[in-house]
Amino acid sequence: MHFNKNLLTAALLAGSFLGASFSASAAVVPEGVKLAAKQELIRGNGTEVASLDPQKTEGVPESHVIRDLLEGLVNQDANGKTIPGVAQSWETLDNKTFTFHLRKNAKWSNGDPVTAHDFVYSFQRAVDPATASPYSWYLEMTTMVNADEIIAGKKDKSTLGVKAVDDYTFEVKLDSAVPYFVMMMGHTTVKPVHKATVEKYGDKWTKAENFVGNGAFVVNNWVVNERIELVPNKQYWDNSNTVLTKVTFLPIENQVAEMNRFLSGELDMTYEVPNEHFRRLKKEHSDSVAIKGNLCTYYYNFNTHKPPFNDVRVRKAVSYAIDRDVVSKILLGQGQKPAYFLTPEIISDFTPELPAYGKLTQKERNSKAKALLAEAGYNEANPLKFSLLYNTSENHKKLAVAIGSMWKKTLNIDVTLENQEWKTYLETKKLGNFEAARAGWCGDYNEPSTFTSLMEGSNTTGGIHYKSAAYDSLIKQAIETTSADEREKLYYAQEALLTEDMPIAPIYQYVTTRLVNPHVGGYAVNNAEDKLYSKDMYIIAK
Amino acid sequence: MFKFILKRVLEAIPTMLILITVSFFLMRFAPGSPFSSERTLPPQVMENINAKYGLDKPVFEQYTTYLTNVIQGDLGPSFKYKDFTVNELVSAALPVSAKIGSVAFVFAVVFGVAVGTIAALRQNTWLDYSVMSTAMLGIVMPSFVLAPVLIYIFSINLGWFPAGGWLDGSIQYMVLPVLGMSMLYVATFARITRGSMIEVLNSNFIRTARSKGLSYSYIVLRHALKPAMLPVVSYMGPAFVGIITGSVVIETIFGLPGIGKLFVNAAFNRDYSLVMGVTILIGFLFIVFNAIVDILLAYVDPKIRY
Repeated sequence: MHFNKNLLTAALLAGSFLGASFSASAAVVPEGVKLAAKQELIRGNGTEVASLDPQKTEGVPESHVIRDLLEGLVNQDANGKTIPGVAQSWETLDNKTFTFHLRKNAKWSNGDPVTAHDFVYSFQRAVDPATASPYSWYLEMTTMVNADEIIAGKKDKSTLGVKAVDDYTFEVKLDSAVPYFVMMMGHTTVKPVHKATVEKYGDKWTKAENFVGNGAFVVNNWVVNERIELVPNKQYWDNSNTVLTKVTFLPIENQVAEMNRFLSGELDMTYEVPNEHFRRLKKEHSDSVAIKGNLCTYYYNFNTHKPPFNDVRVRKAVSYAIDRDVVSKILLGQGQKPAYFLTPEIISDFTPELPAYGKLTQKERNSKAKALLAEAGYNEANPLKFSLLYNTSENHKKLAVAIGSMWKKTLNIDVTLENQEWKTYLETKKLGNFEAARAGWCGDYNEPSTFTSLMEGSNTTGGIHYKSAAYDSLIKQAIETTSADEREKLYYAQEALLTEDMPIAPIYQYVTTRLVNPHVGGYAVNNAEDKLYSKDMYIIAK
Repeated sequence: MFKFILKRVLEAIPTMLILITVSFFLMRFAPGSPFSSERTLPPQVMENINAKYGLDKPVFEQYTTYLTNVIQGDLGPSFKYKDFTVNELVSAALPVSAKIGSVAFVFAVVFGVAVGTIAALRQNTWLDYSVMSTAMLGIVMPSFVLAPVLIYIFSINLGWFPAGGWLDGSIQYMVLPVLGMSMLYVATFARITRGSMIEVLNSNFIRTARSKGLSYSYIVLRHALKPAMLPVVSYMGPAFVGIITGSVVIETIFGLPGIGKLFVNAAFNRDYSLVMGVTILIGFLFIVFNAIVDILLAYVDPKIRY
């Protein structure tokens, strides 16, 4: 039975792509749309990129630029669906061995062909401790053969489960069946790099004068803290469908400064929108405000190892008393949804179940919270006191103040708000020197495990202050199961356990809000992971 | 004069050494590391990173290695911007801050002194009052208020100048940042000049000159301006360094790739080598410009020379 089902999955996975035409991945200019004479796009990109080397980066701004410069095995379309990139098709029989067939016309910007050897080199480079990739764990999560031991320095990188069967056939072997593996290959960390260039220039290979890539664009000019300019890669296999002649990324950290530059016509799209200006912008520039769901959850993390949050009743009470409707609809109001679970609803092929406490009215939740807190021994004479840590940001502060007052009003809790700048906040959390702390997570790929694995005891991002053997066992089972139905059930069980143990209080589900000039065509408004490809965009004539 | 200059140079060496030492160790005491991220790195990866940046060695050894490299002009690799060395980052950012800072400085001095002199000569008239109250406004209005106002008026509404960016320092990109940066200094220079000028104009030697029947403009230009410039010149050193290094706000608001922005980002990222590099540069500039001012003062006022 299992075997049949696997075969069916494999056939579906492989068959859905084999033999189909994929020209739709490039810019599709609808009929009747007149293109502007000047095809130059200027994008706000948050902060300055730490690097343009895919195996050395971890941030979102870096991914936005690298997505234009390097093409991995797969891409995403405007709706977030995985579509062929360098790999034209792929197949698997057991979800453990994946064979990718690479397109023969894919070339590096210096004219060299892109081959399976490039992927072998790049994947090995990602796990090689010498590269010191901050995202090497991502390959470990795919359960790629030997990835964990190579990262730990116990085995040589050549033992990684990747192989170039021939120049255009790339094979990956996993320890466990991972049906969403192909989707995971859309990540920045697994983009290929040009071996000869990397070896020749070392850390300097990403400089405009040295850069060799296989994406739709190449680096033309890079002024740190000011701009990165890209121009089309003439060797790109689908270059004839690239409309833009220049893409500029501007690192503008200050949201108001970015908004001002958009309003004065210097930017075509922003990275984000200042919350306090949202309502005005929506009113005055409604055709420029673009909102889309985002694969991220905002939550408060409880330190379950320390009082008062080592008591599940306290955790539940504190979580119940947060009026998520007020937070998402009134305080934020850009389309954010309340969250009662870790995995956001926008995730594909999974619908998180609203837990019982999510179905209650806030009034009912508040009275439950009061009862729980009283049961835990807190009352008028002995009010609950704790500190809430957050990283310095106006938005986090605004929510912390509001939620703090909800707690005070409902449960008479004395909350001390403590803000720390990012690195100090990370250090404090790592050391466990907190009681409750703000946190958030965005999926690395569009599948529930990218969220649920966050609470695994060994996961240093979120789980270390939870450490539940029962939860870890559910995670392990989900990785090991070969049945999609079974896995889905396990995801529900994981979420249910999180609701029961409440190591975190989920608060809201993110949206991505940008100012996008109406003359920008091809902006992917339904891509939950915000994977934008400049090659899919164009400028419409006014 | 040569002896005077030599003395200043020799004095600078221990000052720089203390600066480097104190900031090196202070930086290590800051919580968090350049490589802390949301997900803690595997120990082996961490070890490799530490080895790559020499962080696996005892702190004192790190210090001596750093010092040796700095003496040879090598500020090391940036911990955050992995594709660049500190030398590359600083040498790209310094010209930006220097260009915009110099223009703002010259504008502040010329305009400030001119305005201050006019106010002094027309003391207690409507001209004096209006000029000085405008100057007061320049002093009390911080650049983080002034700059967005300038952007709102001249970029968003009138569309005359860009709201940010640098584009290799084209003139239209410099106008608003220069205004935003220099208004405080224009105002300060104007106030200093006015005060000093009034004091000089009331002194005995000016009275003597006037009693000799010399023309007023001759007296002002020939006799009054030079001594009245003494406090102005004293203020020029700190003002110049202040303009260059204190430009963080302006650089952030206008998205300029200068030293100030680099410095703040480096501190937030715990980019040890970049913070050190910029600190050394700023310290060096401070010493150099103070020395230049001292030399200028020695030139203007013989009492200092001897």
